[in-house]
Amino acid sequence: MAQPETVLELKGITKRFGEVVANEDISFALKKGEIHALLGENGAGKSTLMNIVFGLYQPTEGSIWVNGQEVLMDTPNRAIDLGIGMVHQHFKLVQPFTVTENIILGMEPKSGLRTDLKSASSKIRQLSEQYGLNVDPSAKIENISVGMQQRVEILKTLYRGADIVILDEPTAVLTPQEITELLAIMKRLASEGKSIIIITHKLKEIMEVADTCTIIRRGRVIDSVVVKDSSPRELAEKMVGREVRFKTDKSAADPKQPILSVKDLKVRGDNGQMAVDGLSFQVRAGEIVGVAGVDGNGQAELIEALTGMRRVEEGEIDLDGVNVVNKTPRVVGQSGMSHIPQDRHKHGLVLDFTVPENAILQTYYKPELTKGGLMDHNAAVSLAEKYVKSFDIRIPGLDVPVRAMSGGNQQKLIIAREIDRRPKVLIAAQPTRGLDVGAIEFVHKELIAERNNGKGVLLVSFELEEIMNVADRIIVLFNGQIVGETYPDQTNDQELGLMMAGRRQGGDSN
Amino acid sequence: MNNLKRLLRQESVWIPIISIVIGIVIGAIVMLIGGYDPLLAYSSLVQKIFGSVYDVGETLRQIVPLILAGLAVAIAFRGGMFNIGVEGQIVMGSLGALMVGNMIDLPPIIHGIVAIIVGALFGGIWGALVAIFKVKRGLNEVISCIMLNWIALYISHITIKAFMAEAGTSRSQMIHDSASIQIQWLSDLFNGARIHWGFFIVIFILIGYYYYMNRTKWGYELRAVGYNKHAAEYAGMNVSSIAIRTFFISGAIGGLIGTFEVLGVFKYMAIAANTSGTGFDGIAVALLGMNSALGVFLSSTLFGALYYGAQGMSFGADVPPEVIKMVISIIIFFAAAPGAIRMFIKMFKRKSKREEG
Ligand SMILES: Nc1ncnc2c1ncn2[C@@H]1O[C@H](COP(=O)(O)OP(=O)(O)OP(=O)(O)O)[C@@H](O)[C@H]1O
Ligand SMILES: [Mg+2]
Repeated sequence: MAQPETVLELKGITKRFGEVVANEDISFALKKGEIHALLGENGAGKSTLMNIVFGLYQPTEGSIWVNGQEVLMDTPNRAIDLGIGMVHQHFKLVQPFTVTENIILGMEPKSGLRTDLKSASSKIRQLSEQYGLNVDPSAKIENISVGMQQRVEILKTLYRGADIVILDEPTAVLTPQEITELLAIMKRLASEGKSIIIITHKLKEIMEVADTCTIIRRGRVIDSVVVKDSSPRELAEKMVGREVRFKTDKSAADPKQPILSVKDLKVRGDNGQMAVDGLSFQVRAGEIVGVAGVDGNGQAELIEALTGMRRVEEGEIDLDGVNVVNKTPRVVGQSGMSHIPQDRHKHGLVLDFTVPENAILQTYYKPELTKGGLMDHNAAVSLAEKYVKSFDIRIPGLDVPVRAMSGGNQQKLIIAREIDRRPKVLIAAQPTRGLDVGAIEFVHKELIAERNNGKGVLLVSFELEEIMNVADRIIVLFNGQIVGETYPDQTNDQELGLMMAGRRQGGDSN
Repeated sequence: MNNLKRLLRQESVWIPIISIVIGIVIGAIVMLIGGYDPLLAYSSLVQKIFGSVYDVGETLRQIVPLILAGLAVAIAFRGGMFNIGVEGQIVMGSLGALMVGNMIDLPPIIHGIVAIIVGALFGGIWGALVAIFKVKRGLNEVISCIMLNWIALYISHITIKAFMAEAGTSRSQMIHDSASIQIQWLSDLFNGARIHWGFFIVIFILIGYYYYMNRTKWGYELRAVGYNKHAAEYAGMNVSSIAIRTFFISGAIGGLIGTFEVLGVFKYMAIAANTSGTGFDGIAVALLGMNSALGVFLSSTLFGALYYGAQGMSFGADVPPEVIKMVISIIIFFAAAPGAIRMFIKMFKRKSKREEG
């Protein structure tokens, strides 16, 4: 029987950033037509390794082989020429351009002096049909969903002739429905002979699509396993090096007085329509309220209104007796609200600031940190050290910009900071996005600890599993309204799924 | 020493240095092609700068406004904004200083101090206007800056003609001697080069800029807004008032340029058809100096020396001073398009690695 050929091989790759060893003596082989998962804790070095394969970083040591030939991967263009494509977690698309324009950007087909958009768009249409991507070549990027934008990125790699497609945490930004579709697309690509590397923290996805899984821990390859002979538990244990629990233990909630009361809240979205359309709910002290719903049903606007970042049109927000409607984020924060934002790069961090500078982002003006306008650098550093220690944040060094931290560790820094503000109410939007299973377990424990300390927690998540695991009470958002309220032990995924699609509780369809 | 080593390992430090080298080399090549002797040209340039104490003093005098213009542009850059209105702020600063210096009587020293403060205030307010239009009405700062540059120029014309016209000339009357900030004994020491208190104030401003930016909460806010406005808002910062504050400081620094020129160098203000151009030089200085205090100091020293030395070049080697303008432009070009130099560094690194291995 002919073995499938190896299309990509890494031999003894080591990558150092100054003193940090991100990858150490990594060997890795990708076969033709294979879906190969990379699994590892936050900061294990997965993104770094893939950036090396794509020519974005140069390895300190080691060699890269493509189709049996050693290659010098010095630029992404070289990687593209060799048939390698990469979809980054943050898409690199030009918003006002169409799908076609984005895909051909930088390699426009010419007929004479003019760009030949027609032939490009028919080629794109054909590729899209071949792999079941369902992309409209003439749509503008700003008008299509995140999931669709991701497919445009995939299409872009295919259009440029990629046979190896690297996906860095592609499912972190997708809704469950979109994830199912993406996994199907990946299988289709593999069956057509493409080889795929996928980085993901979700074991379920690995079990579903991957043929092989390579596990990396602290920069080293621990093992490469055949997925169908393995189990999520085995994978997780290899990854963290200890036993992991999948279900978070928690005692029953003991809710006290309401600490956050929202009444008839109306908030407009960016397009001027009511994105939050008459919401009323309460969060009580010592309770985690989970907000379930498909992305885009008013969650973002609700959170922004609650935290003072978006104008409230109508309604009341009462935070432990204080009216915080249309107050500034500073005042809302001082009244006792903490906020783990959904988009950590846009809101949560200043990527060019160092770890200490980000650690003090919300509190820099307080007397502990600033006296008479002069900032106390040492106080900021010791605060950062405290967070790093208590949250096991892996960083290349305190005085490097957080841009150089791995995605999951950036998230941990934000969570540490927000919990440390000792809020009355903690708003956590997608708090475990991009975190490894160990870190998710840790964050869930922290949220529950906050709740046990008598805080009110509002957990907004697109992942049912997270809501079911952590929340004490669930409200379901659809079209800016609450379509149902339930408890994790009184409902199931099906019922929640139906409500998230707009079916009101009790059965009457909307 | 270790710090220096670490600094030199950073790529960003090499970009301006390599830009300068490339600029000088290309300048030499152009001179060769034009039939001039580049070595003679550059040596007469250096000779002009260090030729006499007077020349050293005058070179320093040339550097002072460049430092201020560079800082004015840099502080706005750090806040994520573009101040190309330094020109107008200079004019308003000059005007403020001139009005105090000419129309008011005060005892010496106090007169100078009041004139400096008013000049800075005029510039600051002129700068703040830009930010106010921006945050209140969404007007792009580049457009309002350019318009305000011309408005400032014409306001100065009208004011001078109405209150301080010197009959038969196209300039204002002189400021009173009590308002002069020239340091006579130092000027004498430098054989008459026009040395003034602004030299020392500028050093304070440089240090102040460093502290403000890196040690104070206002500098922290400014940098946060410049890097990521959304995160700054999330952190409860008042982005609008930070923008206004930043432009006020930027404008005040710009205003000081005009103030020092009026009080320390010329003693009057000309009714000119155009602004001086120093504000635009500030953009180049800030760019090459990477918006840091030390960088601005070094790059304005370089530009100031080149500008002043260019006169010697035409004198000693018959090379038109425009060549120096070209050299400066090439330096700016490469500093502004660091991609080209990065490629160069990368190639160099790979080569030296091969040689090692
Ligand atoms: N440019 C850089 N400079 C310095 N250190 C870096 C840089 N990029 C990455 N690192 C460090 O290398 C290590 C590996 O980071 P990497 O981003 O590859 O992790 P990851 O496995 O992708 O993690 P995550 O799951 O959180 O995304 C981390 O310790 C990170 O801080
Ligand atoms: Mg990563």
